[in-house]
Amino acid sequence: MTHHSRPSTQEHYVAPFDDVTSFEELKDAPPPAKFKLTFMGKIGAVVVTFWVLIALLGPFIAPLGENELPFPDAYSEFQAPQPGAWLGTDVDDRDVLSRLMFGASRTLGIAFAATIIAYFFGVILGIGAIVAGPKVDLVVSRINDAFMSLPTIMLGLVVVAAVGSSIPILILTAGFIYTTVVFRLARGIGMDIIVMDYVEAAKVRGDGIWWIVTREIWPNAAMPLISDFGLRLIIVILFISSLGFLGLGVQPPQADWGSMVRENLGALQYGESYLPVIAPAVAIATLTVGINLVVDDISSHAGRKLSGRM
Amino acid sequence: MLDQTTTPVLSVKNLKIQATSYPPGEKPKDITIVEDVSFTVQRGKVLGLIGESGAGKSTIGLTSMAFGRGGVRITGGEILVNGRDILKDSQSQLRSLRGQDVTYVSQSAAASFNPSKRLMDQVIEATLRHGILSKNEAKTRAIELFRKLGLPSPETIGDRYPHQVSGGQLQRVMTAMALCPKPSLVVFDEPTTALDVTTQIDVLKAIKEAIRETGVAALYITHDLAVVAQVSDDIMVLRHGKMVEYGATSQIITAPAQAYTQDLVNIRSELHSEKQENGTPILKIENVTARYKSVPINVLKDISVTLEAGHTLAVVGESGSGKSTLARAITGLLPPIAGQISFNDQPLPPAMQDRSKDELRDLQMIFQMADVAMNPRQTVGQIIGRPLTFYFGLRGSARKARIRELLDQIEMGRGFEDRYPAELSGGQKQRVCIARALAAKPKLIICDEVTSALDPLVADGILRLLLDLQAQENVAYLFITHDLATVRAIADKIAVMHKGKIVRYGPKSQVLTPPFDDYTDLLLSSVPEMRLGWLEEVIANAKMQAAGN
Repeated sequence: MTHHSRPSTQEHYVAPFDDVTSFEELKDAPPPAKFKLTFMGKIGAVVVTFWVLIALLGPFIAPLGENELPFPDAYSEFQAPQPGAWLGTDVDDRDVLSRLMFGASRTLGIAFAATIIAYFFGVILGIGAIVAGPKVDLVVSRINDAFMSLPTIMLGLVVVAAVGSSIPILILTAGFIYTTVVFRLARGIGMDIIVMDYVEAAKVRGDGIWWIVTREIWPNAAMPLISDFGLRLIIVILFISSLGFLGLGVQPPQADWGSMVRENLGALQYGESYLPVIAPAVAIATLTVGINLVVDDISSHAGRKLSGRM
Repeated sequence: MLDQTTTPVLSVKNLKIQATSYPPGEKPKDITIVEDVSFTVQRGKVLGLIGESGAGKSTIGLTSMAFGRGGVRITGGEILVNGRDILKDSQSQLRSLRGQDVTYVSQSAAASFNPSKRLMDQVIEATLRHGILSKNEAKTRAIELFRKLGLPSPETIGDRYPHQVSGGQLQRVMTAMALCPKPSLVVFDEPTTALDVTTQIDVLKAIKEAIRETGVAALYITHDLAVVAQVSDDIMVLRHGKMVEYGATSQIITAPAQAYTQDLVNIRSELHSEKQENGTPILKIENVTARYKSVPINVLKDISVTLEAGHTLAVVGESGSGKSTLARAITGLLPPIAGQISFNDQPLPPAMQDRSKDELRDLQMIFQMADVAMNPRQTVGQIIGRPLTFYFGLRGSARKARIRELLDQIEMGRGFEDRYPAELSGGQKQRVCIARALAAKPKLIICDEVTSALDPLVADGILRLLLDLQAQENVAYLFITHDLATVRAIADKIAVMHKGKIVRYGPKSQVLTPPFDDYTDLLLSSVPEMRLGWLEEVIANAKMQAAGN
């Protein structure tokens, strides 16, 4: 007995409306989708803008100089907040607020410069390695792996111990260390893109390597790389701060957030307030969280999860 | 389960399904996915749900387990499984419903199996979890089902891992998994869509016989009306989440009432009658053999075909037959290791890098997946405009005017120049790819499975457009496809490929007329036909071998 020997008893239903009869796709174009920040993204943007402004303007608007003393006539280590020193004073009687503002430009400036360097070389080498073919890629990638296998803080320590700590050295060291990471990331993203049909379409069309890299690969790699740029900036800030905390970063009497935490550790034991330690730590925390919030929005707009690549 | 009363296994009344959509930059809003859908499925009966993507057919299928995927909510109506309203069920009642009373067979069996567990353990897992049978009983039942589903060596196939069986076999193992707990309803969600036609027919046959022998009721979800006509008793046609037509299979197939259903039934009738040879070959492929560097096997073996100006040569074959490799050999992405390709009576340099700009321009390609064939960061205008600038040096207003002209040719409305591919529908994307190829004013366009990823009616529109353009521009097509219905619709000449060789080649009328060689016969007889009883005929003919799957 086959199926159709038992005739179905289903009564015939026909839709009473006509709007299904014409088959047409949308004739005219839909409105374009725009990039908008979410509520949390906006909070992040406000925080980041605040710190960037402080970094840019801090040295000019700080109430006191970096090493000026608010109360030169008195012994005033680890004072509580008061008029003239709104965040209290630090281990050497200096104004925490002013040092925080000077430190902002130094911490952010070093991190930004180092990240730019890491991106410049990392992206060029990463995308170059894929475009140049499997042999070049193999050699460059293995060398990169060798450098990546070195622990970052240890590498930083060795370099600083060997050539001494100065701001250019810090920038170059951090830039070099994170070039290896960016290389891996850019290469991974590029490898996904270069096998796409639109790259093949460009090749079949006869377009040259320059067009393919700048017009087909780069615009598609840019979004995930930009989201990573923010995250990388955070990691470099933490790296610089860690070196500062270990006493190998920015050298006294210059201020940066990491070294401020270190030199004021005593405040936790016998200070009038914890602010000399808490303030720079909160600065690092709010900046990193703020950048993260913005980056989340960018990467969800880019529609790619970066987490799997890093 | 032995409920012999007339209570339907599944009864759905006035179903309404909603989801929340989050348009960027706007407030979230509720959208209705399915509205006012009612149907019943009796014991031992199969209801086919058919519609294009976005019609809500899979969503409806999953609601028979009171499950909504990705934030989908059932907001109205009732769903009775064996007379019980499952929307009022508690979570623990639902757990015992899912995988026991109602089971599910998904489209991609390969993605649904755990690769690190043996097939048998996965097939009987739900049965054991629900405590329906003891382990030994479940194994015996599974082996019996393997046998019913026509799997080779049913006693031992359960000891294999998922990667050790073919795609068609895996789909049948998944059917066995669904039938093992003796459910009252099985939901088949596009179970054969990802398979080759010759494999599909084995799976269809197996599913149909298993349904009949176990007396289970089934929902069969697909976009292919010809397939559903073979297995179902009733058919419901859906569009945009609404019922278009619902009736007995014979009623829907032979006397559809709604124009939309009529379109679906009449899809891809012959659009184009064969042109006579005109003796001006545009593409001549002689004894071409090609292989990939990494694999020491010839993917193309001694291929010779000729295509004439303004004609269409369809290259047909199943996955792995080498048809896409042929396209890569012609475009020069994969230079052949032997043989010659001539274009316009001139030998074409084998490697793309050695070809002149005009040689490149004359030969364009349209890809299968329009989604990834367009740079998502370029606008439609940039995508179509690039070949204009690259080949013809067009810039500024001349380029703009030509883009407008091309958009008109592909029958798209105003305002698309500044849109990104993500803002287009599937059919529109493929149209833009056609315009990009056309922009180069080529003599030959290689179309690699250009309609395979599209819904039938959208695909139909694309094929008509391609034929119109051929008449206007006298461009030749090398049309690579696995779909014989498409071939019938548009080809002048056909080359059937199997395992890297051409097994049959000639004008369409000859290739599609008996006597056939074995492979072409198998391929032709495997294409579902839009009529009742086709599957039974094929089974009765019993000419089919296992087709190596």
